[in-house]
Amino acid sequence: MSFLRRFRPEFWDANPEAGPNKSLFNYRRTWRKTVMLLAVVALVPLLVMTFIDYNVTRTSLKSENELRLARVTSNTRRAVTYFLDERKNALEFIARHETLASMSSPARLAELLRGLQSSFGGFVDLGLINSGGRQVAYVGPYELLGRDYSDQEWYLRTLNKGAYISDVYRGFREVPHLIVAVKCPPTRSGECYVLRATLSTAQFNAILADIDLEGSGDVFIINKDGVLQTPSRWHGQVLVPLHLPIPDYSDKTSVYYAADADGREILAGYAYITDTPYILMVVKISSEIMQPWYSIRMELFWMLAVSIAVILLVIVGVATRMVSKIFIADHNRAKTLHHMEHTNRMASIGRLAAGVAHEINNPLAIINEKAGLIRDMFTYMNKYQADDRLMGNIDSIIQSVQRCGTITKRLLSFARHIDVSIDRIAFKDLVGEVLGFLKKEAEFRSIEIIKDIPDDLPDFESDRGKLQQIFLNLVNNAFQAMSNGGHLHIMARRAEGDRLEFMVEDDGCGIPESDRKRIFEPFFSTKKSKGGTGLGLSITYGLVQELGGSMTVKSEVGQGAAFTITLPLRQQGNKAESYEDTASGR
Amino acid sequence: MKILLVDDEMELVTAMAERLSLRGVDADWAVSGEQAMELVDGCDYDVAVLDVKMPGLSGLDLRRTLSGKCPGMKFIFLSGHGSESDFKAGSAEAECYLIKPVSIEDLLAKIREAVGE
Repeated sequence: MSFLRRFRPEFWDANPEAGPNKSLFNYRRTWRKTVMLLAVVALVPLLVMTFIDYNVTRTSLKSENELRLARVTSNTRRAVTYFLDERKNALEFIARHETLASMSSPARLAELLRGLQSSFGGFVDLGLINSGGRQVAYVGPYELLGRDYSDQEWYLRTLNKGAYISDVYRGFREVPHLIVAVKCPPTRSGECYVLRATLSTAQFNAILADIDLEGSGDVFIINKDGVLQTPSRWHGQVLVPLHLPIPDYSDKTSVYYAADADGREILAGYAYITDTPYILMVVKISSEIMQPWYSIRMELFWMLAVSIAVILLVIVGVATRMVSKIFIADHNRAKTLHHMEHTNRMASIGRLAAGVAHEINNPLAIINEKAGLIRDMFTYMNKYQADDRLMGNIDSIIQSVQRCGTITKRLLSFARHIDVSIDRIAFKDLVGEVLGFLKKEAEFRSIEIIKDIPDDLPDFESDRGKLQQIFLNLVNNAFQAMSNGGHLHIMARRAEGDRLEFMVEDDGCGIPESDRKRIFEPFFSTKKSKGGTGLGLSITYGLVQELGGSMTVKSEVGQGAAFTITLPLRQQGNKAESYEDTASGR
Repeated sequence: MKILLVDDEMELVTAMAERLSLRGVDADWAVSGEQAMELVDGCDYDVAVLDVKMPGLSGLDLRRTLSGKCPGMKFIFLSGHGSESDFKAGSAEAECYLIKPVSIEDLLAKIREAVGE
């Protein structure tokens, strides 16, 4: 948690409702809204695009697989059709060009069989069946001469259609084979003979076995009842029923999806082989052919995950930075407003003070003149001149008027903004001059004065008299706050933006929090009982403002106080005549 | 040397005139600009000490009128307010600008300074 806290932005814990620096915004809410909005704007198109890409890629890969399978099926169909047509056509050629008499001759028939075997291969036997369905000539490894086929379906279909290719069956010999039969041209008497050959399925199977199918692909032939006509890699041996749905008839090569006996999805390409009972099937397992797609899907997923993570990171970073900037700006605004309120308050207090001073100055002047007149009368008329008590009382009135006059004149100078008279000032010399006034007191009270003023501190332009008054007031204040044996630090350094920063720090009694806000107000004094007028710091504040500077205080009760004054290196505006402050009110 | 004191506070101006008289300075007084105008008919005053803010004719207006009438007359302004505008106008248009309460010795010194004694 503490690790996370290190990354927590400053605004996170800001209470927008509290404090003098009341904020305009709820930063956490602003941050959340910004993050949400940016995330929606950035992520929704990304997700939509990814989804579209996902589907497009999958669909195109799927259709590519279907096309490829259809192509393989189509090529295989061509090979199978060619194999069967070739053999059927060879028989038809013999039936047309051989006479019944020659075909009935066992020697000629054997010669023809040998020819067929050597030219085409796959022929096992050859027989001639007369119009009564009886085999009248036969050459081959079995004893089939004289066998009656008149009730056999293949025989009847051959007579009917002219040619016939049978399903694969075991027959009398218990060996899988198929029959190709063709009808011979009718004799003059109208009799129809049939030339029939048995084909071994070995060569037939070999055609399919040569097909190169990747992975666990399977190619086989079924008949229209769904019985395997060639052995299958996954669905069993010849003449075993296939556990897949039989595809509907189509004169073109097609593909379809189905589930196999194990529940796996398969993609099957099929083709009905014309004029035969065969359906060629090429089967592939979907998950296998979609393997490249799964890799792409995984890559897509990782890319999406990383993109989302990066986008979120950037969004959070940008939002945090943006809201932090707003927070700082708002904070500065509140501080400026606070400062302006303070300055305005000081200005109105100043105006009030000036008004009061004016109203008091006139009656004060009358008292001054009347008391002076009485004194003059006694002095010039030689009456009561020796009466010390009377003269003492009059002097006391005049002194009191003088004191009041001093206060009202200070008040007026607090309110007045007389232009400054500018000199080039070396701060070190100025401090020397000011401390000259207080050297004796410091020695007497064992107060140590530590000066930390760099030698390379630049000279600056300011009003020497005002500056002396400022530092004299501050050092005097510090002396009053410290007990004997205290320490006074005077520091100076160059600050940012062509300004100088001075600090007068004591280790005296300090200023309580409650008083700190009011110490620059006129007549606020904690030393009233010791004769403090409460004008020292307010005048100092006014003077610092006149010089275009600022003044702050830091303090803790019992630890001391530090007054920091920041002044510009150069004064702006016109130089002015010095103000002649006369009258001591006597 | 003849001085004219003008201030709307009669108590102040009378006492001040008397104190100056005691010090050998011939001082007349007036409590308004209009009254002062009547007094300076013969232009026999060397210095006029004027209050800046008075009802009716103000010290600044009075100075302008009087200096037009009597070009040799010197002026000293007295003010209880000491505002920046008063100070600027006063110090620009008069020999001296003083803030009440003022000591009689200081005033006398400024008067002497003004007439070049």
